Amino acid sequence: MFYREAGDFKLSYVEDSQTFPIRFDRYRYFAVLAVAYGVIPFFVNDYWVNAILLPFLIYAIAAIGLNILVGYCGQVSLGTGGFMAVGAYACYKLMTAFPDVSMFIHVLLAGGVTALVCVLFGLPSLRIKGFYLAVATLAAQFFLVWLFNRVPWFYNYSASGQINAPERDVFGILVTGPNAPAWATYMFCLIFLTFCAVIARNLTRGTQGRTWMAIRDMDIAAEIIGVSPLKAKMTAFAVSGFFVGISGALFFSVYLGAVEVGEVFGINKSFLVLFMVIIGGLGSIFGSFAGAAFLVLLPVVLKVVGVDMLGWPTDIVAHFQLVIVGALIVTFLILEPHGLAQLWRVAKEKLRLWPFPH
Amino acid sequence: MKLKLTTLALGALMMAGPAMADLVFPDLSYRTGPYAAGGIPFSDGYNDYFTLINERDGGIGGIKARVVECETGYNTEKGVECYESTKGEGALIYQPLSTGITYQLIPKVTADGIPLHTMGYGRTSAANGKVFSNVFNYPANYWDGASGVINYLLEENTGDIKGKKVALVYHNSAYGKEPIRTLEELSKKHGFELSLLPVDHPGQEQKSQWLQIRRDRPDYVVMWGWGVMNQVGVQEAANIRFPMENFIGVWWSGAEHDVIPAGAKADGYKAITFHNVGRDFPVFDDVQTYVVDKGLAAGAGDQIGNVLYNRGFYAAMLAVEAAKKAQEIHGVADINPAMMRDGMEALEITQEIMTELGMPSFGPSFSVSCENHGGPGLVGMTQWDAETQTWSMISGFNPTDSEVIGALVAEDSAAYAAEANIEERCN
Repeated sequence: MFYREAGDFKLSYVEDSQTFPIRFDRYRYFAVLAVAYGVIPFFVNDYWVNAILLPFLIYAIAAIGLNILVGYCGQVSLGTGGFMAVGAYACYKLMTAFPDVSMFIHVLLAGGVTALVCVLFGLPSLRIKGFYLAVATLAAQFFLVWLFNRVPWFYNYSASGQINAPERDVFGILVTGPNAPAWATYMFCLIFLTFCAVIARNLTRGTQGRTWMAIRDMDIAAEIIGVSPLKAKMTAFAVSGFFVGISGALFFSVYLGAVEVGEVFGINKSFLVLFMVIIGGLGSIFGSFAGAAFLVLLPVVLKVVGVDMLGWPTDIVAHFQLVIVGALIVTFLILEPHGLAQLWRVAKEKLRLWPFPH
Repeated sequence: MKLKLTTLALGALMMAGPAMADLVFPDLSYRTGPYAAGGIPFSDGYNDYFTLINERDGGIGGIKARVVECETGYNTEKGVECYESTKGEGALIYQPLSTGITYQLIPKVTADGIPLHTMGYGRTSAANGKVFSNVFNYPANYWDGASGVINYLLEENTGDIKGKKVALVYHNSAYGKEPIRTLEELSKKHGFELSLLPVDHPGQEQKSQWLQIRRDRPDYVVMWGWGVMNQVGVQEAANIRFPMENFIGVWWSGAEHDVIPAGAKADGYKAITFHNVGRDFPVFDDVQTYVVDKGLAAGAGDQIGNVLYNRGFYAAMLAVEAAKKAQEIHGVADINPAMMRDGMEALEITQEIMTELGMPSFGPSFSVSCENHGGPGLVGMTQWDAETQTWSMISGFNPTDSEVIGALVAEDSAAYAAEANIEERCN
């Protein structure tokens, strides 16, 4: 019934190779975009934006970035937290050095800086693979956090070592600082998420994505058929770093406003984003969204249900949260090792045949 | 996306709660995570005082106080969530008990017009009320703590600590880095040698720092720790047989649970403080009658009289007194956050008031003004007795080096004002 190809005729190559070839899928995509851009901004308040929407949007960008590296190119990285920190500190230095420049440019440049750093730390991937590469990126994580804690230049010599986002605007509308309206911060992050998702989707559909996947599936075979591992791996690190850097910059400037590197961008962050990618689905853009939504929303929902509705003590709920989230992760991975994205695919298959499955 | 939308709808339903005519005091507590050992007693004390006020006095000026507890786990992201979810309920004052969360809330509360009270933590230069309109850190701040420690050492050494070696073991975060500037200034002034030993979060790994202490043999060690770092620090000091009476912690490193694990070896360890310790105060009898006996005690109810319980209790007492002051100034019982802010700015705590509340000499006497949100910065020293398992005050509340601290506060707040484009008030 839904998601059917029948009757959906393509008359040109452009139509045939579009992102969502099935008409229903395409309409659903436009509907989601319309709601995200045209409806939600008019109804959000501070709570929705700061507690739920901003973390979801920003983590989704980070998850897309990591998914390109881990899911598409097969290079395991535990340095996401450190790379997000690079984005955050690059953004901070740019924001304070050039206060009159638009935030769009700062965030993009922060992504660019992170891409460079990410490529630098990706160089070992040419010689080492798998678990060993994970350890090398882990070193990046610890080194970067140490660096930002240690060198006062990065935090402009402030007494506490914290970085604080000053008020900056985009076309005269504040997007950082406490006076930024909720809808503006939401729209700012949403634009970046859309931008990143569209780029990622199209990169992974084309030659670039195919070379990454070739390297992921079997690097020696890929090399024999003419894929350059150097180019493939370095571009994967660069693109991934760019997205992760954007998410780090937004995380600091728009979402938190003040950051202490060890606490916010520690190893926990690396694992959190990696879990999002794994739960969402490796090698799937939709999976990045689903994983981010799952891990951002679940704690909030559990808290609302436990504390606000059932009136349980906060510590019990906090402990339950750990148990439930952990149990759900294990259950998901056992029942559906390919993540939420695979569940979505199966659901689509079922919907296609429904209500006559035979 | 569909999952998101349904949860959005679900949450929207829950958000639309009825408006209550209570005085709301959010408690951003942390009863879980690596810092829970400190978070639990503080939150219990904070809650119990409000319960006491409700049960004994029928609320503040006839209106019941309602504490909304929200678990942060000392995590800044959860802190944001807690702030956003509680501020809509008419929160009068925030006390997050975390320097990281404080840094985030400073601009937010200023924009939302809600007062923030960071007692003995947070951003020290918030003491300058000319720049920080909504942030208060009376009665004492980190820099008072650092200066108080040095003053105590001066007293011990009859006014001369030239050439003495002082090592600072600190939590490598915004919190731990706060005293460094002051100690550096003081070391210039008094001629002692300062060495810095950072300990990374959460602070379980301190072997190399204490090895260095063993090698350098400093005369005194000062610790700026929190959570598990304190226990480990005291234990390590005991292991290298560092003389405990020369080991001084800040007020966040001086509670029962920090020293009990080291047993008898922790005897003599000192910590600076800005409020009194122990349970010999008449008010705790009332707590027993009106709170504990009625089964209304927060948490497990086993923390009464602990150092951090007293601190939470004291924090709540100051909040209630400020609310009373606000009611008095504005002539209404149902105050809003802006009125609460005025009450805090006009707050005056005297020995008579504390005696009346059943808490004689519980803290120093002080008053807050538009310019000075930090109080006079009087601090005292406490010492641990491992045999009786009690902390006791070994000095009165003494003044700190306001000359050095005042200059640093002015410098740091001016930097913040320039960064955030704030015009000075109170002129």
